[in-house]
Amino acid sequence: MMDVGIVSYGAYVPRYRIKPEEIGKIWGVDGKGMGKGLMIYQKSVPSPDEDVVTIATEAARYMMARVPEVNPQDIGAIYVGSESHPYAVKPTSTIVAEAIEATPAMTAADMEFACKAGTAGIQACMGLVGSGMVKYGVAIGADTSQGAPGDALEYSASAGGAAYLIGTEKVIAKINKTLSFTTDTPDFWRREGQPYPLHGGRFTGEPAYFRHITSAAKMMFEAMGTTAQDYKYAVFHQPNGKFPTRVAGQLGFAPEQIEYGLLTPNIGNTYSGAVPLGLANVLDHAEPGDRIFVTSYGSGAGSDAFDITVTDEILNYKRDNAPVLEKVMADPVYIDYGMYAKFKGKIIMSE
Amino acid sequence: MSSVAREWREIPGRYNLKGTKCENCGSIFFPARDFCPKCRRAGIGKVVPYNVCRTGKVYSFSVIHEAPDCNNAMKPYAVAMVQTDDGVLVSAQLVDVDLDKIEIGMPVRAVLRKLDADGASGVIHYGYKFVPNL
Repeated sequence: MMDVGIVSYGAYVPRYRIKPEEIGKIWGVDGKGMGKGLMIYQKSVPSPDEDVVTIATEAARYMMARVPEVNPQDIGAIYVGSESHPYAVKPTSTIVAEAIEATPAMTAADMEFACKAGTAGIQACMGLVGSGMVKYGVAIGADTSQGAPGDALEYSASAGGAAYLIGTEKVIAKINKTLSFTTDTPDFWRREGQPYPLHGGRFTGEPAYFRHITSAAKMMFEAMGTTAQDYKYAVFHQPNGKFPTRVAGQLGFAPEQIEYGLLTPNIGNTYSGAVPLGLANVLDHAEPGDRIFVTSYGSGAGSDAFDITVTDEILNYKRDNAPVLEKVMADPVYIDYGMYAKFKGKIIMSE
Repeated sequence: MSSVAREWREIPGRYNLKGTKCENCGSIFFPARDFCPKCRRAGIGKVVPYNVCRTGKVYSFSVIHEAPDCNNAMKPYAVAMVQTDDGVLVSAQLVDVDLDKIEIGMPVRAVLRKLDADGASGVIHYGYKFVPNL
Protein backbone atom coordinates (compact mmCIF):
# COMPACT_ATOMS: atom_id res chain seq x y z
CA MET A 1 0.00 0.00 0.00
CA MET A 2 1.20 3.49 -0.86
CA ASP A 3 1.97 6.07 1.81
CA VAL A 4 -1.26 7.87 2.57
CA GLY A 5 -1.96 11.03 4.48
CA ILE A 6 -3.75 14.31 4.86
CA VAL A 7 -3.34 16.59 1.83
CA SER A 8 -5.61 19.33 3.17
CA TYR A 9 -8.20 20.05 5.84
CA GLY A 10 -10.85 22.61 6.71
CA ALA A 11 -12.89 23.19 9.84
CA TYR A 12 -16.03 25.12 10.69
CA VAL A 13 -18.00 25.93 13.83
CA PRO A 14 -21.24 27.97 13.83
CA ARG A 15 -21.07 31.42 15.39
CA TYR A 16 -23.69 31.13 18.13
CA ARG A 17 -23.00 30.00 21.71
CA ILE A 18 -25.04 29.22 24.81
CA LYS A 19 -23.64 28.88 28.34
CA PRO A 20 -24.57 26.08 30.78
CA GLU A 21 -25.83 28.56 33.38
CA GLU A 22 -28.42 29.78 30.84
CA ILE A 23 -29.63 26.21 30.26
CA GLY A 24 -29.61 25.39 33.99
CA LYS A 25 -31.67 28.49 34.77
CA ILE A 26 -34.57 27.08 32.72
CA TRP A 27 -34.55 23.63 34.32
CA GLY A 28 -33.90 24.66 37.92
CA VAL A 29 -30.42 23.19 37.93
CA ASP A 30 -27.06 24.66 38.91
CA GLY A 31 -25.97 25.06 35.30
CA LYS A 32 -22.68 26.66 36.15
CA GLY A 33 -21.85 23.73 38.43
CA MET A 34 -23.01 21.34 35.70
CA GLY A 35 -20.69 23.05 33.21
CA LYS A 36 -17.82 22.92 35.65
CA GLY A 37 -18.38 19.19 36.27
CA LEU A 38 -18.45 18.49 32.53
CA MET A 39 -15.67 21.03 31.81
CA ILE A 40 -17.93 22.67 29.23
CA TYR A 41 -18.14 26.43 29.61
CA GLN A 42 -20.15 27.15 26.45
CA LYS A 43 -21.38 25.22 23.42
CA SER A 44 -21.91 26.13 19.79
CA VAL A 45 -25.42 26.40 18.36
CA PRO A 46 -26.22 26.26 14.65
CA SER A 47 -28.12 29.14 13.09
CA PRO A 48 -31.66 28.18 11.90
CA ASP A 49 -30.30 27.98 8.33
CA GLU A 50 -27.40 25.69 9.22
CA ASP A 51 -27.33 21.90 9.33
CA VAL A 52 -24.86 19.09 8.68
CA VAL A 53 -24.97 19.78 4.93
CA THR A 54 -24.02 23.45 5.31
CA ILE A 55 -21.42 22.80 8.01
CA ALA A 56 -19.81 19.96 6.01
CA THR A 57 -19.83 22.11 2.87
CA GLU A 58 -18.17 25.05 4.62
CA ALA A 59 -15.45 22.78 6.02
CA ALA A 60 -14.96 21.12 2.61
CA ARG A 61 -14.72 24.49 0.84
CA TYR A 62 -12.07 25.66 3.32
CA MET A 63 -10.25 22.39 2.67
CA MET A 64 -10.32 22.91 -1.11
CA ALA A 65 -9.35 26.61 -0.84
CA ARG A 66 -6.04 25.56 0.72
CA VAL A 67 -5.11 23.32 -2.22
CA PRO A 68 -6.04 25.37 -5.30
CA GLU A 69 -3.85 23.02 -7.39
CA VAL A 70 -6.14 20.05 -6.64
CA ASN A 71 -8.78 19.53 -9.31
CA PRO A 72 -12.04 18.59 -7.51
CA GLN A 73 -12.73 16.22 -10.39
CA ASP A 74 -9.84 14.08 -9.07
CA ILE A 75 -11.82 13.38 -5.89
CA GLY A 76 -13.04 9.81 -6.21
CA ALA A 77 -14.91 9.38 -2.93
CA ILE A 78 -16.73 11.55 -0.40
CA TYR A 79 -17.92 10.26 2.96
CA VAL A 80 -19.79 12.43 5.43
CA GLY A 81 -20.01 10.99 8.92
CA SER A 82 -22.76 12.31 11.18
CA GLU A 83 -25.58 11.26 13.45
CA SER A 84 -27.65 14.29 12.46
CA HIS A 85 -27.86 14.03 8.67
CA PRO A 86 -30.80 16.26 7.63
CA TYR A 87 -32.40 13.42 5.69
CA ALA A 88 -33.05 9.88 6.95
CA VAL A 89 -32.89 8.79 3.29
CA LYS A 90 -31.03 11.05 0.82
CA PRO A 91 -27.29 11.48 1.25
CA THR A 92 -25.61 14.54 2.69
CA SER A 93 -22.46 13.56 0.80
CA THR A 94 -23.94 14.15 -2.67
CA ILE A 95 -24.91 17.71 -1.74
CA VAL A 96 -21.42 18.42 -0.41
CA ALA A 97 -19.90 16.80 -3.51
CA GLU A 98 -21.96 19.04 -5.77
CA ALA A 99 -21.03 22.12 -3.72
CA ILE A 100 -17.30 21.49 -4.24
CA GLU A 101 -17.86 20.41 -7.87
CA ALA A 102 -16.48 16.93 -7.39
CA THR A 103 -19.43 15.19 -9.10
CA PRO A 104 -20.19 13.03 -11.06
CA ALA A 105 -17.32 10.53 -11.54
CA MET A 106 -17.02 9.57 -7.88
CA THR A 107 -18.57 7.46 -5.15
CA ALA A 108 -20.26 8.90 -2.07
CA ALA A 109 -21.99 7.69 1.06
CA ASP A 110 -23.13 8.93 4.43
CA MET A 111 -21.70 7.28 7.48
CA GLU A 112 -23.06 6.90 10.98
CA PHE A 113 -21.23 5.57 14.02
CA ALA A 114 -22.26 7.95 16.81
CA CYS A 115 -19.26 10.23 17.39
CA LYS A 116 -16.68 8.40 15.30
CA ALA A 117 -18.29 8.41 11.86
CA GLY A 118 -15.83 11.08 10.71
CA THR A 119 -12.73 9.06 11.55
CA ALA A 120 -14.35 5.95 10.05
CA GLY A 121 -14.59 7.99 6.83
CA ILE A 122 -10.87 8.80 7.02
CA GLN A 123 -10.11 5.08 7.29
CA ALA A 124 -12.34 4.27 4.31
CA CYS A 125 -10.60 6.95 2.24
CA MET A 126 -7.19 5.63 3.28
CA GLY A 127 -8.11 2.22 1.91
CA LEU A 128 -9.39 3.60 -1.39
CA VAL A 129 -6.46 5.97 -1.86
CA GLY A 130 -3.81 3.52 -0.62
CA SER A 131 -4.98 0.80 -2.97
CA GLY A 132 -4.93 3.20 -5.91
CA MET A 133 -8.69 2.95 -6.51
CA VAL A 134 -9.10 6.73 -6.24
CA LYS A 135 -6.66 9.65 -6.36
CA TYR A 136 -8.24 11.64 -3.52
CA GLY A 137 -10.88 10.83 -0.93
CA VAL A 138 -12.75 13.32 1.24
CA ALA A 139 -13.80 12.39 4.77
CA ILE A 140 -15.95 14.77 6.77
CA GLY A 141 -17.19 14.54 10.35
CA ALA A 142 -19.98 17.01 11.14
CA ASP A 143 -22.94 17.17 13.48
CA THR A 144 -25.72 19.36 14.80
CA SER A 145 -26.24 17.00 17.66
CA GLN A 146 -29.40 16.70 19.74
CA GLY A 147 -29.81 16.64 23.49
CA ALA A 148 -33.24 16.21 25.04
CA PRO A 149 -34.42 19.34 26.88
CA GLY A 150 -33.30 19.16 30.50
CA ASP A 151 -31.06 16.14 29.91
CA ALA A 152 -27.33 16.25 30.71
CA LEU A 153 -26.68 16.11 26.96
CA GLU A 154 -28.36 19.47 26.50
CA TYR A 155 -25.33 21.07 28.18
CA SER A 156 -22.91 19.46 25.72
CA ALA A 157 -24.53 18.60 22.34
CA SER A 158 -23.30 21.22 19.88
CA ALA A 159 -22.49 21.79 16.21
CA GLY A 160 -19.40 21.86 14.00
CA GLY A 161 -17.37 19.81 11.60
CA ALA A 162 -14.11 19.30 9.75
CA ALA A 163 -13.15 17.91 6.35
CA TYR A 164 -10.04 16.00 5.31
CA LEU A 165 -8.61 15.47 1.85
CA ILE A 166 -6.83 12.13 1.87
CA GLY A 167 -4.26 11.38 -0.81
CA THR A 168 -0.73 10.27 -1.58
CA GLU A 169 0.80 13.40 -3.13
CA LYS A 170 1.87 16.57 -1.29
CA VAL A 171 0.82 15.05 2.00
CA ILE A 172 1.09 17.55 4.88
CA ALA A 173 0.61 14.86 7.51
CA LYS A 174 1.40 11.22 6.86
CA ILE A 175 -0.86 8.67 8.53
CA ASN A 176 1.64 6.06 9.68
CA LYS A 177 -0.99 3.64 10.90
CA THR A 178 -4.63 3.33 11.84
CA LEU A 179 -6.42 0.61 13.77
CA SER A 180 -9.69 0.18 15.62
CA PHE A 181 -11.20 -1.45 18.69
CA THR A 182 -14.89 -2.30 18.29
CA THR A 183 -17.49 -4.13 20.42
CA ASP A 184 -21.27 -4.22 20.84
CA THR A 185 -21.70 -1.86 23.80
CA PRO A 186 -25.05 -0.01 23.93
CA ASP A 187 -24.03 3.06 25.94
CA PHE A 188 -25.86 5.66 23.81
CA TRP A 189 -28.41 5.28 21.02
CA ARG A 190 -31.24 6.89 19.12
CA ARG A 191 -33.97 4.78 17.58
CA GLU A 192 -35.32 5.49 14.09
CA GLY A 193 -37.80 8.39 14.14
CA GLN A 194 -36.90 9.49 17.67
CA PRO A 195 -35.83 13.13 18.03
CA TYR A 196 -33.46 12.65 20.95
CA PRO A 197 -30.91 10.01 21.89
CA LEU A 198 -30.90 8.09 25.15
CA HIS A 199 -27.82 7.06 27.08
CA GLY A 200 -26.78 4.73 29.85
CA GLY A 201 -25.68 7.48 32.24
CA ARG A 202 -22.56 6.31 34.07
CA PHE A 203 -22.44 3.27 31.77
CA THR A 204 -21.12 5.62 29.07
CA GLY A 205 -17.89 5.93 31.08
CA GLU A 206 -15.76 2.95 32.10
CA PRO A 207 -17.13 0.09 29.94
CA ALA A 208 -17.69 2.38 26.97
CA TYR A 209 -15.57 5.51 26.44
CA PHE A 210 -12.59 4.57 28.62
CA ARG A 211 -12.37 0.88 27.68
CA HIS A 212 -12.51 1.49 23.94
CA ILE A 213 -10.17 4.48 23.83
CA THR A 214 -7.53 2.96 26.10
CA SER A 215 -7.72 -0.40 24.27
CA ALA A 216 -7.29 1.18 20.83
CA ALA A 217 -4.57 3.49 22.13
CA LYS A 218 -2.62 0.65 23.73
CA MET A 219 -2.95 -1.44 20.55
CA MET A 220 -1.44 1.50 18.68
CA PHE A 221 1.41 1.95 21.19
CA GLU A 222 2.20 -1.75 20.83
CA ALA A 223 1.99 -1.78 17.03
CA MET A 224 4.24 1.27 16.69
CA GLY A 225 6.53 0.55 19.65
CA THR A 226 5.74 3.96 21.12
CA THR A 227 4.63 5.57 24.37
CA ALA A 228 2.85 8.85 25.03
CA GLN A 229 6.23 10.61 25.20
CA ASP A 230 6.86 9.91 21.49
CA TYR A 231 4.08 12.29 20.44
CA LYS A 232 3.96 16.07 20.51
CA TYR A 233 0.17 16.26 20.44
CA ALA A 234 -2.77 13.99 21.22
CA VAL A 235 -6.43 14.27 20.30
CA PHE A 236 -9.13 12.19 21.98
CA HIS A 237 -12.86 12.10 21.55
CA GLN A 238 -14.32 14.75 23.79
CA PRO A 239 -17.97 14.31 24.80
CA ASN A 240 -17.06 16.74 27.59
CA GLY A 241 -13.79 18.22 28.81
CA LYS A 242 -13.42 15.77 31.70
CA PHE A 243 -13.26 12.42 29.86
CA PRO A 244 -10.45 13.24 27.40
CA THR A 245 -8.43 14.92 30.16
CA ARG A 246 -8.74 11.81 32.31
CA VAL A 247 -8.06 9.30 29.53
CA ALA A 248 -5.01 11.30 28.41
CA GLY A 249 -3.62 11.07 31.94
CA GLN A 250 -4.32 7.34 32.11
CA LEU A 251 -2.34 6.83 28.90
CA GLY A 252 0.59 8.93 30.10
CA PHE A 253 -0.04 12.14 28.14
CA ALA A 254 0.70 15.50 29.80
CA PRO A 255 -1.93 18.28 29.80
CA GLU A 256 0.05 20.39 27.28
CA GLN A 257 -0.06 17.53 24.74
CA ILE A 258 -3.88 17.68 24.55
CA GLU A 259 -4.25 21.46 24.83
CA TYR A 260 -4.76 22.25 21.12
CA GLY A 261 -6.79 19.13 20.45
CA LEU A 262 -9.32 19.80 23.22
CA LEU A 263 -12.02 22.18 22.00
CA THR A 264 -15.09 20.89 23.86
CA PRO A 265 -14.72 23.29 26.84
CA ASN A 266 -15.26 26.18 24.40
CA ILE A 267 -17.64 24.74 21.79
CA GLY A 268 -19.26 21.68 23.38
CA ASN A 269 -19.42 18.17 21.97
CA THR A 270 -19.57 18.30 18.18
CA TYR A 271 -19.98 14.49 18.03
CA SER A 272 -18.69 13.28 14.64
CA GLY A 273 -16.98 16.66 14.29
CA ALA A 274 -15.15 16.45 17.63
CA VAL A 275 -11.94 14.57 16.81
CA PRO A 276 -11.73 16.00 13.25
CA LEU A 277 -12.02 19.52 14.72
CA GLY A 278 -9.47 18.81 17.46
CA LEU A 279 -7.04 17.46 14.87
CA ALA A 280 -7.66 20.50 12.67
CA ASN A 281 -6.72 22.81 15.54
CA VAL A 282 -3.55 20.78 16.12
CA LEU A 283 -2.69 20.99 12.39
CA ASP A 284 -3.28 24.76 12.55
CA HIS A 285 -0.31 24.88 14.95
CA ALA A 286 1.77 21.95 13.71
CA GLU A 287 5.31 22.02 12.34
CA PRO A 288 7.27 19.48 10.30
CA GLY A 289 8.18 16.39 12.30
CA ASP A 290 5.44 16.78 14.90
CA ARG A 291 3.92 13.41 15.72
CA ILE A 292 0.22 13.32 16.56
CA PHE A 293 -1.71 10.62 18.38
CA VAL A 294 -5.43 10.52 17.64
CA THR A 295 -8.14 8.27 19.09
CA SER A 296 -11.81 8.81 18.41
CA TYR A 297 -14.73 7.14 20.13
CA GLY A 298 -18.19 6.34 18.90
CA SER A 299 -20.89 4.96 21.15
CA GLY A 300 -22.19 1.58 20.34
CA ALA A 301 -19.10 1.26 20.44
CA GLY A 302 -15.69 1.66 18.88
CA SER A 303 -12.49 3.65 18.75
CA ASP A 304 -10.28 4.49 15.75
CA ALA A 305 -6.64 5.28 16.53
CA PHE A 306 -4.24 7.11 14.20
CA ASP A 307 -0.50 7.69 14.37
CA ILE A 308 0.32 10.77 12.28
CA THR A 309 3.55 12.60 11.41
CA VAL A 310 3.51 16.15 10.04
CA THR A 311 5.73 16.46 6.94
CA ASP A 312 7.89 19.26 5.48
CA GLU A 313 5.10 19.80 2.93
CA ILE A 314 3.17 21.74 5.57
CA LEU A 315 5.63 24.61 5.02
CA ASN A 316 4.36 24.97 1.42
CA TYR A 317 0.73 24.42 2.42
CA LYS A 318 -1.55 27.40 1.78
CA ARG A 319 -3.17 27.28 5.22
CA ASP A 320 -3.96 31.00 5.07
CA ASN A 321 -6.27 30.51 2.07
CA ALA A 322 -8.98 29.72 4.65
CA PRO A 323 -9.46 30.87 8.24
CA VAL A 324 -7.80 28.78 10.95
CA LEU A 325 -10.08 27.48 13.71
CA GLU A 326 -9.09 30.14 16.24
CA LYS A 327 -10.33 32.73 13.76
CA VAL A 328 -13.49 30.76 12.98
CA MET A 329 -14.27 30.48 16.71
CA ALA A 330 -13.49 34.12 17.52
CA ASP A 331 -16.28 36.68 17.94
CA PRO A 332 -19.12 34.35 19.04
CA VAL A 333 -22.66 35.59 19.67
CA TYR A 334 -24.20 34.45 22.95
CA ILE A 335 -27.89 33.58 22.91
CA ASP A 336 -30.41 32.95 25.66
CA TYR A 337 -32.48 29.79 26.06
CA GLY A 338 -35.50 31.26 24.27
CA MET A 339 -33.42 32.01 21.20
CA TYR A 340 -31.76 28.59 21.49
CA ALA A 341 -35.18 26.89 21.57
CA LYS A 342 -36.20 28.81 18.44
CA PHE A 343 -32.92 28.10 16.61
CA LYS A 344 -33.12 24.40 17.38
CA GLY A 345 -36.75 24.15 16.28
CA LYS A 346 -37.99 23.21 19.74
CA ILE A 347 -40.98 25.56 19.54
CA ILE A 348 -44.12 24.14 17.94
CA MET A 349 -45.24 26.56 15.23
CA SER A 350 -48.61 26.72 13.47
CA GLU A 351 -48.75 25.28 9.96
CA MET B 1 -45.01 21.86 -2.46
CA SER B 2 -42.66 23.23 -5.11
CA SER B 3 -41.61 21.13 -8.08
CA VAL B 4 -38.66 18.94 -7.14
CA ALA B 5 -37.43 18.99 -10.75
CA ARG B 6 -37.61 22.78 -10.97
CA GLU B 7 -35.65 23.22 -7.76
CA TRP B 8 -33.12 20.60 -8.92
CA ARG B 9 -32.45 22.60 -12.10
CA GLU B 10 -31.46 25.58 -9.92
CA ILE B 11 -28.70 23.66 -8.10
CA PRO B 12 -25.64 24.81 -10.12
CA GLY B 13 -26.51 28.47 -9.63
CA ARG B 14 -27.61 28.13 -6.04
CA TYR B 15 -24.66 26.04 -4.81
CA ASN B 16 -21.79 27.44 -6.84
CA LEU B 17 -23.00 30.73 -8.35
CA LYS B 18 -22.70 29.06 -11.70
CA GLY B 19 -23.64 31.52 -14.41
CA THR B 20 -22.46 32.02 -17.96
CA LYS B 21 -20.03 34.30 -19.74
CA CYS B 22 -20.06 35.57 -23.30
CA GLU B 23 -16.62 34.94 -24.72
CA ASN B 24 -17.34 37.48 -27.43
CA CYS B 25 -17.86 40.56 -25.22
CA GLY B 26 -16.92 39.30 -21.74
CA SER B 27 -20.35 39.89 -20.20
CA ILE B 28 -21.19 37.67 -17.24
CA PHE B 29 -24.74 36.47 -16.72
CA PHE B 30 -26.12 35.35 -13.38
CA PRO B 31 -28.50 33.59 -13.30
CA ALA B 32 -27.14 31.78 -16.33
CA ARG B 33 -28.49 32.59 -19.79
CA ASP B 34 -27.62 30.92 -23.06
CA PHE B 35 -27.88 33.98 -25.28
CA CYS B 36 -25.87 37.23 -25.08
CA PRO B 37 -28.29 40.14 -25.59
CA LYS B 38 -25.40 42.47 -26.44
CA CYS B 39 -23.69 40.36 -29.08
CA ARG B 40 -26.87 38.66 -30.27
CA ARG B 41 -25.95 36.58 -33.34
CA ALA B 42 -22.20 37.15 -32.85
CA GLY B 43 -22.39 35.58 -29.40
CA ILE B 44 -24.11 32.38 -30.46
CA GLY B 45 -22.04 29.36 -29.38
CA LYS B 46 -19.74 31.59 -27.34
CA VAL B 47 -21.76 31.76 -24.11
CA VAL B 48 -19.98 29.31 -21.78
CA PRO B 49 -20.45 28.20 -18.15
CA TYR B 50 -18.81 30.53 -15.67
CA ASN B 51 -18.52 30.44 -11.87
CA VAL B 52 -19.20 33.88 -10.45
CA CYS B 53 -16.67 34.93 -7.79
CA ARG B 54 -17.85 33.98 -4.30
CA THR B 55 -16.29 37.04 -2.69
CA GLY B 56 -17.42 40.63 -3.03
CA LYS B 57 -18.63 43.76 -1.26
CA VAL B 58 -22.00 44.95 -0.02
CA TYR B 59 -23.37 47.25 -2.72
CA SER B 60 -26.60 47.99 -0.91
CA PHE B 61 -28.66 46.35 1.83
CA SER B 62 -31.94 46.42 3.71
CA VAL B 63 -33.15 44.98 7.01
CA ILE B 64 -36.30 42.88 6.76
CA HIS B 65 -38.82 42.93 9.61
CA GLU B 66 -41.78 41.32 7.83
CA ALA B 67 -40.51 37.96 6.66
CA PRO B 68 -41.95 35.16 4.56
CA ASP B 69 -42.73 32.01 6.59
CA CYS B 70 -39.48 30.30 5.60
CA ASN B 71 -37.48 33.02 7.34
CA ASN B 72 -39.64 33.66 10.38
CA ALA B 73 -37.04 32.22 12.73
CA MET B 74 -34.41 34.63 11.46
CA LYS B 75 -36.14 38.02 11.49
CA PRO B 76 -35.08 40.72 11.63
CA TYR B 77 -32.46 39.85 9.03
CA ALA B 78 -30.55 41.59 6.28
CA VAL B 79 -30.70 41.17 2.54
CA ALA B 80 -27.98 42.65 0.40
CA MET B 81 -27.03 43.33 -3.15
CA VAL B 82 -23.46 42.12 -3.31
CA GLN B 83 -21.08 43.24 -6.02
CA THR B 84 -18.85 40.23 -6.53
CA ASP B 85 -15.14 40.70 -7.22
CA ASP B 86 -15.84 40.06 -10.90
CA GLY B 87 -18.48 42.78 -10.94
CA VAL B 88 -21.75 40.84 -10.84
CA LEU B 89 -24.60 42.09 -8.64
CA VAL B 90 -26.05 39.19 -6.66
CA SER B 91 -28.95 39.61 -4.21
CA ALA B 92 -29.14 37.34 -1.20
CA GLN B 93 -29.58 37.20 2.53
CA LEU B 94 -26.66 38.45 4.63
CA VAL B 95 -26.28 36.25 7.73
CA ASP B 96 -24.01 35.79 10.78
CA VAL B 97 -23.69 39.54 10.91
CA ASP B 98 -24.53 42.20 13.50
CA LEU B 99 -27.28 44.17 11.82
CA ASP B 100 -26.01 47.50 13.16
CA LYS B 101 -22.54 46.86 11.78
CA ILE B 102 -23.44 46.30 8.13
CA GLU B 103 -21.86 48.90 5.88
CA ILE B 104 -21.87 49.50 2.16
CA GLY B 105 -18.50 48.29 0.90
CA MET B 106 -18.19 45.63 3.62
CA PRO B 107 -16.33 42.53 2.33
CA VAL B 108 -18.50 39.42 2.22
CA ARG B 109 -18.38 35.92 0.79
CA ALA B 110 -20.98 33.41 -0.34
CA VAL B 111 -21.73 30.35 1.79
CA LEU B 112 -24.19 27.49 1.41
CA ARG B 113 -27.19 27.69 3.75
CA LYS B 114 -30.70 26.32 3.99
CA LEU B 115 -33.10 28.53 2.04
CA ASP B 116 -36.34 26.73 2.64
CA ALA B 117 -37.88 23.30 2.94
CA ASP B 118 -41.09 21.78 1.62
CA GLY B 119 -42.50 21.23 5.10
CA ALA B 120 -41.17 18.67 7.56
CA SER B 121 -41.20 15.79 5.08
CA GLY B 122 -40.33 17.50 1.78
CA VAL B 123 -37.08 18.38 0.07
CA ILE B 124 -34.72 20.87 1.72
CA HIS B 125 -33.50 23.65 -0.57
CA TYR B 126 -29.94 24.87 -0.16
CA GLY B 127 -28.43 27.93 -1.74
CA TYR B 128 -26.10 30.88 -1.37
CA LYS B 129 -26.25 33.51 1.33
CA PHE B 130 -23.50 35.93 2.23
CA VAL B 131 -21.49 36.27 5.46
CA PRO B 132 -18.83 38.80 6.45
CA ASN B 133 -15.50 37.70 4.99
CA LEU B 134 -13.18 36.62 7.81
